[in-house]
Amino acid sequence: MPHRVLIQVKAVDRAALHRRTLIFPATEGPMQPKTGEMLPQTDRFMVPAIFVGFLILGFYVATQTTDPLMGMQAWTFMAGVGMALIHLVRRYAEGIPADDKGAYANDVVKAGVIASMFWGIAGMLVGVIIALQLAFPNLFYFPDLPWTNFGRLRPLHTSAVIFAFGGNVLIATSFYVVQRTCHARLAGGLWGWFVFWGYQIFILVAGTGYLIGVTQSREYAEPEWYADLWLTLVWVAYLFVFLGTIWKRKEPHIYVANWFYLAFIVTIALLHIVNNLAVPVSWLGIKSYSAFAGVQDALTQWWYGHNAVGFFLTAGFLAIMYYFIPKQAQRPVYSYRLSIVHFWSLIFLYIWAGPHHLHYTALPVWAQTLGMTFSIMLWMPSWGGMINGLMTLSGAWDKLRTDPVLRMLVVSVAFYGMSTFEGPVMSIKAVNSLSHYTDWTIGHVHSGALGWVGFVSFGALYCLTPWLWRRERLYSHALVEWHFWVSTIGIVFYITAMWVSGIMQGLMWRAYNEFGFLEYSFVETVEAMHPYYIIRAFGGLLYLSGAFIMAYNLYRTVKGDVRAGEVVAGQPLPATA
Amino acid sequence: MFNHSTLERHSLLLIVGILVVVSIGGIVEIAPLFYLESTIEKVQGMRPYTPLELKGREIYVREGCYLCHSQMIRPLRDEVERYGHYSLAAESMYDHPFQWGSKRTGPDLARVGAKYSDEWHRAHLADPRSVVPESVMPPYAFLEKTELRVDDIEDALKANRAVGVPYSDDMIKNAKADLIAQATSDADGIDAFQGRYKKAEARDFDGDPAKITEMDALIAYMQMLGTLVDFKTYQADAPENRR
Amino acid sequence: MDYHAFAEFARSWGVVYLMVLFLAGCAYAFWPRNQAKFDRAARMPLDEDQG
Repeated sequence: MPHRVLIQVKAVDRAALHRRTLIFPATEGPMQPKTGEMLPQTDRFMVPAIFVGFLILGFYVATQTTDPLMGMQAWTFMAGVGMALIHLVRRYAEGIPADDKGAYANDVVKAGVIASMFWGIAGMLVGVIIALQLAFPNLFYFPDLPWTNFGRLRPLHTSAVIFAFGGNVLIATSFYVVQRTCHARLAGGLWGWFVFWGYQIFILVAGTGYLIGVTQSREYAEPEWYADLWLTLVWVAYLFVFLGTIWKRKEPHIYVANWFYLAFIVTIALLHIVNNLAVPVSWLGIKSYSAFAGVQDALTQWWYGHNAVGFFLTAGFLAIMYYFIPKQAQRPVYSYRLSIVHFWSLIFLYIWAGPHHLHYTALPVWAQTLGMTFSIMLWMPSWGGMINGLMTLSGAWDKLRTDPVLRMLVVSVAFYGMSTFEGPVMSIKAVNSLSHYTDWTIGHVHSGALGWVGFVSFGALYCLTPWLWRRERLYSHALVEWHFWVSTIGIVFYITAMWVSGIMQGLMWRAYNEFGFLEYSFVETVEAMHPYYIIRAFGGLLYLSGAFIMAYNLYRTVKGDVRAGEVVAGQPLPATA
Repeated sequence: MFNHSTLERHSLLLIVGILVVVSIGGIVEIAPLFYLESTIEKVQGMRPYTPLELKGREIYVREGCYLCHSQMIRPLRDEVERYGHYSLAAESMYDHPFQWGSKRTGPDLARVGAKYSDEWHRAHLADPRSVVPESVMPPYAFLEKTELRVDDIEDALKANRAVGVPYSDDMIKNAKADLIAQATSDADGIDAFQGRYKKAEARDFDGDPAKITEMDALIAYMQMLGTLVDFKTYQADAPENRR
Repeated sequence: MDYHAFAEFARSWGVVYLMVLFLAGCAYAFWPRNQAKFDRAARMPLDEDQG
């Protein structure tokens, strides 16, 4: 009787949940990875030597340049490299640390977790500040401090949340997942640390650059040519550390999460290099001119821009979904076959969608039509992936009630479904003629960024922290509940405010009065946005508050505390399903 | 038969597969833009930026103006009535990088040139709410206090030429002189300058004849935006302009 | 090749190409013989140790 079977399954799960333990400490299982390195151990002197080399290069640039901005960038770069070197020296001051001899490299992942949390809060804080600037333009009114202006802070916000927060989450989780699913220690030894520090240095140089006015004005690709070159170097190292680990694997099959990580790494490299082709004015100056102009430049940029969404914010985080949801739910993914179809169709279709950012512009119509068509088709793999993630919970839906971390992960997938439904709708030219240039776009981006990328990252960090620091559980599940609800309400405020303001603005721009003249001047539409900008800032503030709650919870978890009154640690572990 | 497990087992093949799959879309969409006539057409009136305008454009880029102002008028009735003739591909042919933007927190600026006086721009940039009380724009008072950096202007023109902007040797050689001539209306080289750059206007844009500031450059750039093509004579339906 | 010839080619052979690609992908994913392999692969995150 199917009905009875269902009840039995539920009963079993309840029993498992009653013990409600979120983590599974190390077991001496039969699948211990190889510890021996396949690559020669040149990393121990190569990585520090590269850092020292760049320290000298930075010093040369800092002292030789006539461009004061380049001087500031060079000193900042040196500070970053110095920090990396100090860390490495201290790490090896008392011999080889235990982590270097373990089955898996965990310290570099731990560093990534801390960096993610730090940059996440920094980026969201800047987001709240610029939202307040638009709501109350006389706030932060410092006519003589150029770096406080919206135009300088906005790229700082977008880069900090996408690349600093999101990027660190991706690097950290990919290092974790590839080791576990390949049963192999992270390849390359110190090169993992090179990737970590190299990436932080890139963020430092790019972020401080925006404040002093260094930008090439390509949205989500603002860093100038030298920062781009540095990132290319770091990214190549990242690819080889990741690939090297895959080469050492024991399983013949490469788990699907790693396909998504690999597509993310490889495609971002391709996009980054092509979109940032530029000719610098001087080797000792910050300024460069894009290799392309006008229409060609616009399409190259949005080919990059949309695929930064597709491969950074989607493929990379789908990899997180394909590992952390099955792991946390203790069930295999709903359909592994669907994940294969999902993978190939997603990466094939996404790359075409860029022109939908350029509807009704001087881009040829055929390119716009192609972009629209593929954007609409993209709805199918997106929802295929969403269903795959959600249905992994089938038969265990009640876990959502008792496990707030799993709920965060699953709700992120629901938000993914929502924003990937909205995206194709907005790519339809008729809709886009209204939505483009308005806050609707901003609302759409944030339903994806806060709901999908943010929540799936939070879920992964909540999983990773007790796993990595070997705590039995998080400090507090109640605080995770708080984080979840405060942030969810924040998202609702944010995206509804932007829907209303965006659609209203679009309608006001095209409104005609009875005499056939435009009804509103532009500034009247700006004035009408005011209440929604306040609501948006409030929503953002709630979301930021959630992140602070999380940081506190993770901090106490690392310390090994368990909040008084919550389930006592040390209970038996649930049987792996 | 092609076997997928070969892909799974060989990570390099997987990478090749990914690269092939993700390359197709980009190649099909982007490559034709470099030879299709509609995207490389030339329109009467277009010329490279003058050195001062180029410097102004760099300030526009530096301050992130593109984050709130588009420079791309769509061929929709309300936009054409609000901002002017829809933007042509050729109008951004010398833009490295393009500044079409993606958001209008403020109005489109593709044809803002010659619509307001220099005085208005100065007052508005220094304190936007002094002239538009409802504005949410940040203040740029520091521009009129900051002297324009001009020592790298020759190299800037050379770099632009390297990426395809047709600056002549003459233009590069006289870059600094042209920049100074345009910012000070009574300079000697004014005729030579205007011979090199058609329709270029020369005057003291920031109202401070003592020095050439970043305000000079930015206003010079904004005052020429969208003014190069003469739409009284431009024929959108002419065979060479159809797209 | 002018635009119209290109568009015509894309509308006909382009569609065929996409369909073949898609069907090949599906055929592989849903081929009965592959089922056991995929079931095993799907359990990979659950089998491994935490280390």
